[in-house]
Amino acid sequence: MTPAPLHFAGERLLLDPAGALVWPAAQLLAVADLHLEKGTAYAARGELLPPWDTRTTLERLAGLLRRWRPRVAVALGDSFHDDRGAGRLAPGEASRLAAMTASAHFIWVLGNHDPSPPEGVAGEPVLEYRLGGITFRHIGKAGVAGEICGHHHPKAMVPARGCAVSRPCFVADSQRVMLPAFGAYAGGLDVRHPAIAALFPRGGRVFLLGRERLFSFSLGQTRAGAA
Amino acid sequence: MLGTLPEPFAGWFAGRGWAPRPFQLDVLAAAQARESVLLIAPTGGGKTLAGFLPSLVALHAAPREGLHTLYVSPLKALATDIARNLARPVQEMALPVSIETRTGDTPANRRQRQRQQPPNFLLTTPESLTLLLSLADAPTLFGGLTAVVIDEVHALAGSKRGDQLALGLARLASLAPRARRIGLSATVPHRRALLAYISPDGSGGARLIEAPDGAPPALSMMLPEGHLPWSGHMGLAGAPAILERIRQAGLTIVFVNTRAQAELMFQALWKLNDTTLPIALHHGSLELSLRRRVEAAMAAGSLRAVVATSSLDLGIDWGGVDQVIQVGAPKGVSRLLQRVGRANHRMDEPSRAILVPANRFEVLECEAAMLGVAARELDGDPPRPGGLDVLAQHLLCMACSAPFHPDAMYAEVSRASPYAGLTRQDFDAVLRFVEDGGYALAGYERYRKLFRDSEGRMHVRGERIARQARLNIGTIVEAPMLKVRLVGKRGRGGVLGEVEEYFANLLSPGDTFMFAGRLLRFHRLHETVIECSEGGAGDPMVPAYAGARLPLTTNLADRVRALLSAPGSWDAFPEAVQEWLRVQKARSRLPGRADLLVETFPRGDRHFLVAYCFEGRNAHQTLGLLLTRRMERFGYAPLGFVATDYVLATWSAHPPHDIFRLFEQDMLGDDLEAWLAESSMLRRTFRNVAVVAGLIERNHPGAEKTRRQVTVNSDLIYDVLRRHQPDHILLRATRADAAGGLTDLGRLAAMLARVKGRIRHMALSRVSPLAVPVLLEIGRESVRSAGSEDALLAEAEELVAEACAENDPYVPRVLRPNLVRQRRQADLFG
Repeated sequence: MTPAPLHFAGERLLLDPAGALVWPAAQLLAVADLHLEKGTAYAARGELLPPWDTRTTLERLAGLLRRWRPRVAVALGDSFHDDRGAGRLAPGEASRLAAMTASAHFIWVLGNHDPSPPEGVAGEPVLEYRLGGITFRHIGKAGVAGEICGHHHPKAMVPARGCAVSRPCFVADSQRVMLPAFGAYAGGLDVRHPAIAALFPRGGRVFLLGRERLFSFSLGQTRAGAA
Repeated sequence: MLGTLPEPFAGWFAGRGWAPRPFQLDVLAAAQARESVLLIAPTGGGKTLAGFLPSLVALHAAPREGLHTLYVSPLKALATDIARNLARPVQEMALPVSIETRTGDTPANRRQRQRQQPPNFLLTTPESLTLLLSLADAPTLFGGLTAVVIDEVHALAGSKRGDQLALGLARLASLAPRARRIGLSATVPHRRALLAYISPDGSGGARLIEAPDGAPPALSMMLPEGHLPWSGHMGLAGAPAILERIRQAGLTIVFVNTRAQAELMFQALWKLNDTTLPIALHHGSLELSLRRRVEAAMAAGSLRAVVATSSLDLGIDWGGVDQVIQVGAPKGVSRLLQRVGRANHRMDEPSRAILVPANRFEVLECEAAMLGVAARELDGDPPRPGGLDVLAQHLLCMACSAPFHPDAMYAEVSRASPYAGLTRQDFDAVLRFVEDGGYALAGYERYRKLFRDSEGRMHVRGERIARQARLNIGTIVEAPMLKVRLVGKRGRGGVLGEVEEYFANLLSPGDTFMFAGRLLRFHRLHETVIECSEGGAGDPMVPAYAGARLPLTTNLADRVRALLSAPGSWDAFPEAVQEWLRVQKARSRLPGRADLLVETFPRGDRHFLVAYCFEGRNAHQTLGLLLTRRMERFGYAPLGFVATDYVLATWSAHPPHDIFRLFEQDMLGDDLEAWLAESSMLRRTFRNVAVVAGLIERNHPGAEKTRRQVTVNSDLIYDVLRRHQPDHILLRATRADAAGGLTDLGRLAAMLARVKGRIRHMALSRVSPLAVPVLLEIGRESVRSAGSEDALLAEAEELVAEACAENDPYVPRVLRPNLVRQRRQADLFG
């Protein structure tokens, strides 16, 4: 796994191909939109999705914590699929999460899916989190600089050899970095959607997640242009 | 066993100058003996009337209230049409029979009334039948049922809709054990399977009644003038000759193979149509109202020709069609016969049809198909076991009607012939899936959809689950579609139809595309609607639809191989084709009937491999993906491949030499497993299975507008499920589906087994004549490389970096997959 360096707001950041952002100087790791317990939220409505989404997401997060050993872990909101999600964690998953929150200081940025602090989970719930010149927020605000956000679950489609490859991606310009959704059941929204495009009015770069590394394109290249 | 018609029926027949046909009387006699019947008769022979006659006679003798006869057809339109046709004899003989239709379009108040006061004849579809059976009052509604008429059985049996209907019929047999069945079918190769399908206990104990074949169809082949194309499937070069034939006849149906081809052929005909003959367009993605208008114009006799896809294959009897023109390869004998049968619906006169091949290989295929028709050698797949996803949907729906005991339900389901071989173990696994998801070690005790009472009966958990189950009924899962709407200067215009979402993603404002027989200019995508206006200039794109192309059938492929390997039979071919085959024989060799010819040759800086498998495009696609994966492993550095119905061609940086090892059967072992993990086709198959089985909802009340947000991504679920429970029942159902359909693994496996030890490798110094057509497909067909998606992304990234000067805004040149470009067509045919 080769992370991609990104100079942003005067800091050197790293984008991890697993879908996380790392700020080495601050010993900080950020992930967005874990959507834990999405499976059980659907099951409650009668859609019995396979129940291993929380386990899969937490295993991936544990891998990242082992690799980067951060002091601070920021979850950029929508960490649980709904406000009661934390209460539905299976015992095994709850203890796995407890081990993680013991190894790093967790900042739980609140999102629209989980507007209240998660019950029984260690860490610091906040509306937004500032460190140095950088603000961590769930939903990006147009016209602000130095912002790291999630919420939109960006994905991009890149034409390649007569077919198109679609992947979750980071979107970045000089003002803002938007993280892909990290949750195992979190789908994506195309970066061309107005909700995302409006936050990057002067274009930007997308970094598509690959198995070993990221693939970088300009926002314009994700469109199928005129042949 | 010839019976006679009672009055007033005999008089009514005589009054119209008709005599009842022997098979109609046979069906009547069988029905009066309470036997179930499979009636095989060509179209237009009074088949439908034969199905209803026993019920009409019975109700005339003993009028009664309540549901007497249920009619099920694959098409809503057919149900409506039959209702109209039946009204006439009922009215003219003043029979005490009420007739109504019940489909997805029936308004709610009429549905309500139908449940309280059912008509004598209810005409419906498999989906609506399942819905009726899921209601709590199903036993009352169907308790007095006497007969079930199943139309176009051949089109239903063997499909998932057929599975659904079979399960519905099994339930009906429990609710109304005395009801007899009549199946109406066109001629089919697998009679025993259809008999089993029709017989109430799945044993095949129904009576087979066959009407004599009509006069054999008069088929001929028409070649485009001048040069015979090497390649291409559109057949547009034939347009002038086709128009001439249209001019000479009353009403012509011009059948084509895909919706894209229909659009192009329609445009090509109108370009030449100086005398403005009324020629219309009909395909399945056009707005329903537009299609109905065309059908009405056909019936009224105000059209001279209709360019149509399979949307006109089945169903309504058009009467006045004088000839059928099939443009492009017929793909199968049964399909060709069905289409030809649309012309001249009188049994004693031959149907006239003209085949117009689009290229050289299609000349062979057309000739093979004509021989097949002459020999009455039908094709069609042997029956396959019923889908487990369909069973899951059915079980939930039945629980919605009333609690059931698993033992009784297993016995009932086993009486449906597609599920006759279902093991109790699989049944229980499906039931557990419906109950709580069937996930190992992680039961959803709190969330189950079904619960068991103390007597072991299964109940549905609550009205909400039942409501969702009813909304999810159906086995057809369509790719996400977007409506195409005309926007004029004066605001919003009408909806023309639908295109797939991927196509919309490829359009930029100002682009021109061809749809509904018009040239349209794309304005914008607004929510789920493509807004466009009339006109537009430049090179138009044509939307294509997934899975639109049927593969060549095994039977027809075999005939093509036989023709190729017997030079004595070549006299039937035009000189250009004969010459082509002679040169092939001299420079390389001809594909044999039982072997596999593989040619390799260098061309430019690439090394080509062409395998003449004749197993159809889907199987070749799969073979291409597996073969290039192996070539990668063997170090040949494959660069891409292209698959047609006849052959597969790959190209690589290094020459492939160990051809025999390359085609070994173990390809279906590890390589297949590795491929399945990331195959987009398997993911699409899983999505369909998951929706049908009710894992993912398709209809959430009020959710249509925000579809994108609420739909869970089935790819993500597939990944999680594969990782944690690879033997889950839905993954098994997905693998079973992959044996046919888009991956056609079954056919591929059979071929690899057959050609073992019979591979004829020709190492050539240059391209052979037979390989030219497939090489011409390169760049036109979507060319998928063997590389993983990551490799593709890396290549795209490099390409962009290479082509981009620093800070220079650059729009990459894009190959558009699945698009047919008219200009290119013209170039190649010119």
